[in-house]
Amino acid sequence: MTIRMRRWVMGTGAIGLAALFVAAFMRLPRFGGDRHPYGDRATDAALTRHTANVVSSINFDLRAFDTLGEESILFAAVLGTVVLLRQTREEDRVPPRSAAVDPWVRRYALAALPVALVVGLYVVAHGQLSPGGGFQGGVIVATAVHLLYIGVDYRALERIRPVALYEVGDAVGEAAYLLVGAAALIGGSAFLANTLLPYGTFNTLTSGGVVPLLNLAVGIEVACAVVVLVSRFLDQAVEITDAASDAEGAGTR
Amino acid sequence: MVSEDLVVSVCLVLVAASATVAVAVREPVRQALVLAVLGLALAALFTVLQAPDVALSQLAVGSVLTPLLILLSVRKVRRRGHPTGDEAQR
Repeated sequence: MTIRMRRWVMGTGAIGLAALFVAAFMRLPRFGGDRHPYGDRATDAALTRHTANVVSSINFDLRAFDTLGEESILFAAVLGTVVLLRQTREEDRVPPRSAAVDPWVRRYALAALPVALVVGLYVVAHGQLSPGGGFQGGVIVATAVHLLYIGVDYRALERIRPVALYEVGDAVGEAAYLLVGAAALIGGSAFLANTLLPYGTFNTLTSGGVVPLLNLAVGIEVACAVVVLVSRFLDQAVEITDAASDAEGAGTR
Repeated sequence: MVSEDLVVSVCLVLVAASATVAVAVREPVRQALVLAVLGLALAALFTVLQAPDVALSQLAVGSVLTPLLILLSVRKVRRRGHPTGDEAQR
């Protein structure tokens, strides 16, 4: 194909896309309006299933299968990172020395750590009631653990973070989602259908049927996946060296 | 609502400004920090547009996780380039 021809093909495609895009935008509901066709239907569905946080109802009930896909993407991505960032044959592992930390940084990090941890667990536990959920809370929990690296040093972090355990947790979270979904089949319903548990009292921790369970599964998976992900990056940044080239420069932390 | 539009406009300007700075800054470490600010601005925008769930995700991933992974990657690359590891303090 000549360059001229390519430009024609590209131009035709771009004009077609632009036309469709404009046509689609013309029929969108107005920005910031009070009513929205999908919003109203999603809110109705969430209320009939006693899920106070409509977004969680969409994620873990109406579109639970989508969320399974998203959870699996994270699982696969972290798995890929673990394979790519593993220690290769030419690389050495030099344990880092302990590091001196500014006392104010240390005080701040150690004070913030338990607060961040509790906030993260709260966000996971209340996913079906208030903004947030397994994903957001899981990331907060995982990053809270790493305040120990900022406040003390890498060795302190390694002591409270047995990576193998988090790798298991990652797989358990992923499997739990599938199992809860498959359990609906036993009740004679569809995969991931919210029919397994009673919907409970509106706006309490146990309301929403299987929503809290799926939310918790995602929370476990995300928290463990992020810890594993960051641990691989930290390993590469702090501990693993290219044998001869920078053995002396092995991290101060 | 005029006041509501004003808050949304301020957030939009903040997002546009920090995103432009993130592209304009060429140094990866500074870029990571600007990226964290951009994440914060986006989280504020999502909050005023009444999407707190998305705002929380943005805050956790855009402001914390992505800059952290960038900083760690930069450190790894620099250690490779400078065997003494002088600027690899973090």
